[in-house]
Amino acid sequence: MHELGITEAVVATVTERVPGGRVTAVRLEIGALTGVVADSVRFCFDLVTEGTNLEGAALEIEEPAARCRCRDCGAEFAPDWPIVVCPCGSADVAVLAGNDLRILSVQVA
Amino acid sequence: MCATCGCAGDGAVIHLDDHGHGHGHGHEHDNGHERSHGQLIAPADSRTITLQRKVLAKNDDIAQRNRDWLAECGVFMLNLMSSPGAGKTTLLEHTGKDLADRLSIAVIEGDQETTLDAGRIRAAGIRVVQINTGAGCHLDAEMVARALTAIDPARGSIVIIENVGNLVCPALFDLGEASRVVLASVTEGADKPMKYPVMFRQADLVVVSKTDLLPYVDFDLERYAADMARISPAARLMQLSAVSGEGMNQWYDWLRLSLPGPG
Repeated sequence: MHELGITEAVVATVTERVPGGRVTAVRLEIGALTGVVADSVRFCFDLVTEGTNLEGAALEIEEPAARCRCRDCGAEFAPDWPIVVCPCGSADVAVLAGNDLRILSVQVA
Repeated sequence: MCATCGCAGDGAVIHLDDHGHGHGHGHEHDNGHERSHGQLIAPADSRTITLQRKVLAKNDDIAQRNRDWLAECGVFMLNLMSSPGAGKTTLLEHTGKDLADRLSIAVIEGDQETTLDAGRIRAAGIRVVQINTGAGCHLDAEMVARALTAIDPARGSIVIIENVGNLVCPALFDLGEASRVVLASVTEGADKPMKYPVMFRQADLVVVSKTDLLPYVDFDLERYAADMARISPAARLMQLSAVSGEGMNQWYDWLRLSLPGPG
């Protein structure tokens, strides 16, 4: 459900940053740890873009997997979501990838 | 022109990176722009604009303003989240009554519709602002900013945001709170942290509520604690029953200790 709000934020940001001009493609990054469902964003995108300068734009979504580094043993690992714990047992981990929800770029005609 | 560096890149690539990188061109420009300025190979009728913009940047900016303002005012704000029916309003009713002469508390009440909960909170003697989100499934930082203006909380007071009952959407929206509290009732079952990890992962405090019903439901507290320790090792866990009063003192102590010091 929050994907609707997320998609609205995408459209609002693009409209604000790229006023005028027809947007033909939008590239998003939805990390594996964000809790945002890419398919739901795809579903909302056509609805939300209707009547805007993004109407008809293609939507490309990159979904980077989660990567973490353990602050105790230094190992880099792919967490077994939802448990973000290092194989060594430490829970003191830094998330390196998978936490981002970003608009990467847009294509303008 | 490249909006970041001002280079005359043929008007094809505008770089609006929000990450504050310097003019070192360590980032990738699209369409071969990085090869050399002026040798652009993008089709004449289209251009790529690199944004690298957080989708929720606007919300996050307003949330940070809320946080700074509250810190300046010496006010502690917490974001109380749970599924519908976990007992948020009941907990706040008892909290307001029990602490009426000890702490100054105001509540920002979030629901899709009605002012029913605001009415309950007001009847418990607590100042309250109701936000109805309509179709929205969560509160955002802008709504809370407006509610804070309406409440105008006094120095040394506590503002409790009762978020829309939902274990999914509110997790994504920073409101400017100092603490995130997730309430989970024993009637919901012990599997919620594993089912809704995004919400539970960022909780500072998880409160297991309705413990007076433990004899009647299948809720494994040990399993719950073990799962929470794996999902969010830093989160504190407490149990209480607003109806029986069991465990309420540790909740009150937690509220008192969360208040910023004088000055």
